Amino acid sequence: MKVLDILDKLGLELVSGKSGLDREITGGYVSDLLSDVMGNSKEGQVWVTLQTHKNVMAIASLKDLAAVILVNGFKPDDDMAKQSEEEGVPVLRTKERTYEIAGKLYELLK
Amino acid sequence: MHFEFDIEAGDFSKVGYASSQLKKIMKQLVGDHKIVKRVVVALYEAEVNVVAHAYSGKVIIDINTDKIEIKVNDKGPGIPDIQLAMQEGYSTASEQVREMGFGAGMGLANIKNNTDEFYIKSEVGVGTSLTIIANLITE
Ligand SMILES: Nc1ncnc2c1ncn2[C@@H]1O[C@H](COP(=O)(O)OP(=O)(O)O)[C@@H](O)[C@H]1O
Ligand SMILES: [Mg+2]
Repeated sequence: MKVLDILDKLGLELVSGKSGLDREITGGYVSDLLSDVMGNSKEGQVWVTLQTHKNVMAIASLKDLAAVILVNGFKPDDDMAKQSEEEGVPVLRTKERTYEIAGKLYELLK
Repeated sequence: MHFEFDIEAGDFSKVGYASSQLKKIMKQLVGDHKIVKRVVVALYEAEVNVVAHAYSGKVIIDINTDKIEIKVNDKGPGIPDIQLAMQEGYSTASEQVREMGFGAGMGLANIKNNTDEFYIKSEVGVGTSLTIIANLITE
């Protein structure tokens, strides 16, 4: 499954990083602690978080994550969106809470 | 090959610069090697610690055919009890740093878990020096 597919299937809004929509998804990781994601996420995972600053993109890119989903209707800071464009790692957003979107993502990917 | 990067403390917008440069260099040298992923995690956490806890720092990277050696030296408050600091979950990070999702107290553990050798030296009131070694040749 590609990022483009979950965009449709989960009704997410694409904020930035369109060039990365064909990235392949291997799973998901849910955390708001950056060191946790740094230490435990795996290449190709979609990262669900409420953090909206640009360090999120630094980590997503260093860890080769497929995309970032922002929950609760949050929007990325301008420099986060900019870095998402530059690195080609999509930022997607949803109005849903972490629990709901993570559940749906899990169902979709399992 | 030898590279050096300066780190400014307090400026979270630049955290990860040295690690992302290292990742690019290593990818060209050795391709999609597992060691690249690990060493990048370790350097990122070391960068975060300088920005979050120290005053200024320097990253010195030496890449040889058999191993990569990284030194991260900072001027800063130092670490009074290294054993305690190494414990997962221990953190003196400020509230502001925690709100950004840093300061989970997992940084030093991440460094240790992602390197083959890890040495830390610190002097209170002076600064902290990390040496990170990752072997490129695994038997
Ligand atoms: N470079 C440093 N200078 C001063 N103190 C440090 C440094 N690196 C780590 N520490 C101390 O060790 C603690 C644990 O570090 P770490 O495991 O990276 O967790 P965190 O950075 O999330 O607090 C820090 O909270 C801090 O007290
Ligand atoms: Mg840390």
